Amino acid sequence: MLKNLFNFLVFPGFLFTATLGLVASWIDRKVTARVQWRVGPPWYQPFIDMVKLSIKEITIPKNSSKIMFLISPLLGLSAVILASTFIWLANIELGATGFTGDIIVVLYLLTLPAIALILGASSTGNPLASVGVSREIKLILAYELPFIIILCVPIIKSSGLLRLQDLIQYQTVNGAILSNLSGLLAFLVAIFCMQAKLGLVPFDAGEAETEIMAGTYIEYSGILLAILKLTKFMMMVALPLFLITVFWAGFSIWKYVVLLVIIVLIRNTNPRVRIDQAVRFFWGKMTALALIAVFLAILGK
Amino acid sequence: MAHKIIPIGPYHPLQEEPEFFRLHVDGETVVDIDIEIGYNLRLIEKIAESKSYDQVTFLIERICGICSTSHPFAYTNAIDDLLGVTVPERALYIRTIIGELERIHSHLLWLGLAGHFLGYNTVWMWAWRYREPVLDICERITGNRNHYAMFKPGGVRRDMHEEDFPWIKKTLKDLIPKFDMFKGAVMDDPVIHARTKGIGVLTKQDVHDYSVVGPTARASGVDIDVRKDDPYGAYDRVEWKVITHNGGGVFAKAVVRILELYESTNIILQCLDKMPKGEIDLNIKDMPIGEGIGRHEAPRGEVFHYIMSDGGNSPARHKVRAPSFMNIASNKKAVIGHTISDATIILAAVDPCYCCTERTAVVDYKTGKKIMDGQDLVRLSQEKTEKMRRGR
Repeated sequence: MLKNLFNFLVFPGFLFTATLGLVASWIDRKVTARVQWRVGPPWYQPFIDMVKLSIKEITIPKNSSKIMFLISPLLGLSAVILASTFIWLANIELGATGFTGDIIVVLYLLTLPAIALILGASSTGNPLASVGVSREIKLILAYELPFIIILCVPIIKSSGLLRLQDLIQYQTVNGAILSNLSGLLAFLVAIFCMQAKLGLVPFDAGEAETEIMAGTYIEYSGILLAILKLTKFMMMVALPLFLITVFWAGFSIWKYVVLLVIIVLIRNTNPRVRIDQAVRFFWGKMTALALIAVFLAILGK
Repeated sequence: MAHKIIPIGPYHPLQEEPEFFRLHVDGETVVDIDIEIGYNLRLIEKIAESKSYDQVTFLIERICGICSTSHPFAYTNAIDDLLGVTVPERALYIRTIIGELERIHSHLLWLGLAGHFLGYNTVWMWAWRYREPVLDICERITGNRNHYAMFKPGGVRRDMHEEDFPWIKKTLKDLIPKFDMFKGAVMDDPVIHARTKGIGVLTKQDVHDYSVVGPTARASGVDIDVRKDDPYGAYDRVEWKVITHNGGGVFAKAVVRILELYESTNIILQCLDKMPKGEIDLNIKDMPIGEGIGRHEAPRGEVFHYIMSDGGNSPARHKVRAPSFMNIASNKKAVIGHTISDATIILAAVDPCYCCTERTAVVDYKTGKKIMDGQDLVRLSQEKTEKMRRGR
């Protein structure tokens, strides 16, 4: 019991993933800055940002549904804590851990932060937030479809393993899923889905700063904003880690750094797409690619 | 059915100046737009009437920070028209060079901002980085990165030094590969195509209806450019062509501006080669009674200045019409029917500059009725003119 609590709250759950997430966000900011001929912040900048936000006043909008407004950031945070703990444990625990079907649970948990954000933003009653919410909902519908389809690929390849740790073991024996054609296709689709799940350019329509002024985040301030940001940063650890676990034979630092750099580069070499273009992209090209990957996997390629 | 209203402004990250666009939206689609300007009353024209002719050039530079030479250019053209003099040849070349340098840095600034509005911050930072050498040239020539204070009635204030020319030419030529890069980035990027092509299209008829000027009009295939249509400065002494594009949308406007970067560079290089030696100033001492108009093709379009002199030390009437005033109204046509995402880039595509566009109207808040309409203002102005004429 105590060990579980420690796992969730300190290592490898909340504290560990949060610290990693803040460091990842610093790498993101620093690389972005260097790409854009800027200097970029010092490494501790994300940490002092969090501290500063935590001691700021919280403004609760007058017409909002207050409980929803306050609870939803915590909902998103707890979901990402759970998800990251499951994924980390599958990667680092020596003994048996997890349960059959935990890949499905993690899939749900990784969707929860976005849904929590939608709940929180729609409870504010702000017109800009509602535009952000409608975009975010469309985006979830768009990227979840190919994301779920490509997760079939490792399961088919490993003939029905539904436990993260089993998948890693299967890959250490038989080589990474990624090394097959079907696995590679699925991984490519997964990278784009990950970009959308993280809400980064080109799929940041939900919080487009220059259009709807941060949309879903608009009414949040103080520690609530800090929690939302922290959730986003932790997703920046949890999602690549999930892809590495499922497609790339388990965690190692360099794999994570490669994925992070891909995320940052995509983010810095593209303009924001319109929401209808994003939906068309995911339901068209990406879903088609995902289906091809699944067929290839069934054929054993 | 009541539509939801999405406000853009008065303070919005989209634009750094106060302005207000009220987007009436149905879902994501914009069905109507209200444009409100006039948050910043500065009374430039009124202040101009209390300054000497020489001082006015400094004042009107402050109308806008980006096109800070356009207004003095048009103003000095108006003064030259009033005086009926020909400015020394060398001064004309210097004026042209400053005007074109300003066009280059203004277009680069717009390009960066357009990237920012599309969420493409890398383009923003890169465009502004390559704007720096242009500002360096301005600093070398005039002593200032902006607000050059180069123009004066009857000439220019400072001479250019021949020993700087090789450095200026080299810096400009080094910029051309960078322009190529931006051209490639805009014309070859499929995502930029998807976001900008066919968005916010103004037809030739719309350009005519809304009296749109500058690159906004040229992007709709309308060949309008004061530099060509009514040459002034040294524009008729160098070889260049007016850039037009038939697309009419945001993409066309970007292409027109990027291609104009090459033309401006070309004009400056030719001016540096052809510039004659000689006087740069007529040293005008007296102003006759009369009136004059001056026009200049600012980076955003035609800027128009009217000067009326009563023979005194300062203008009796100074009227400014800036290009954004004409262009912003065309948003009404361009934005409706597009989504909110597109609306922001369409609003930005005319390269709006609100500080030169502020106008005042007196409106009764409760009834929404204008207390002073156009007719009243015309009458007021006629009465004032009559009063001045009698006073003389």
